[in-house]
Amino acid sequence: MIRLQAGPIDVPALVDATRGDGDGALSLFLGTARNVNAGRRVLFLEYEAYGRMAEREMERIAGEAVDKFAVTRVSIVHRTGRVTIGEASIAIAVASPHRAAAMAACTYVIDTVKTTVPIWKREHFEDGAVWVE
Amino acid sequence: MTVRVLYFASLKDRAGASLETLEIEDGADVASLWETVQARHPGLREMTTRPLAACDLAYASWDQPLRGVSEVAFLPPVSGG
Repeated sequence: MIRLQAGPIDVPALVDATRGDGDGALSLFLGTARNVNAGRRVLFLEYEAYGRMAEREMERIAGEAVDKFAVTRVSIVHRTGRVTIGEASIAIAVASPHRAAAMAACTYVIDTVKTTVPIWKREHFEDGAVWVE
Repeated sequence: MTVRVLYFASLKDRAGASLETLEIEDGADVASLWETVQARHPGLREMTTRPLAACDLAYASWDQPLRGVSEVAFLPPVSGG
């Protein structure tokens, strides 16, 4: 499952869609909106995506991870629009027969998503908002 | 020929638009299109570093020719995750 979506991520559904009966490991990463950055209180986050390119890039990264780590399946879901503190802005699930490959692939996917997928975060503070870049 | 130009995040704020359609010369490349849009938008002129660019949904180099390209996006450094 690769997608951008505006509402909260259904994590159990994501796990079910990713894991198969041949998988002994499911590695899950959730990036969550935190209430502080560099000492300033953050009220909420907002994400903007170049949607068509972002989905294409996420597909590419997932395929690359499957090839590179020989895992079974990689799912990536990223939020767009407003994300409340505590909610997940991104969920990555990797299923594999064994844990080492699943965990390594999960790290690779989040690191690569953060450097190449065209999505931008805007932090909203009490006195204004800034794009993080 | 015409090309659709897209701006995102802080670049959208600087350009004051998210999308425009521009007429470009044969032989134009990403770098010359950036000069064209900087001339049109004072907010983009203030930038001292070049943004990332994508042509038809793939990252592009600055010397990529625009012949046959229908959409160019200018992108600030990404910050998803």
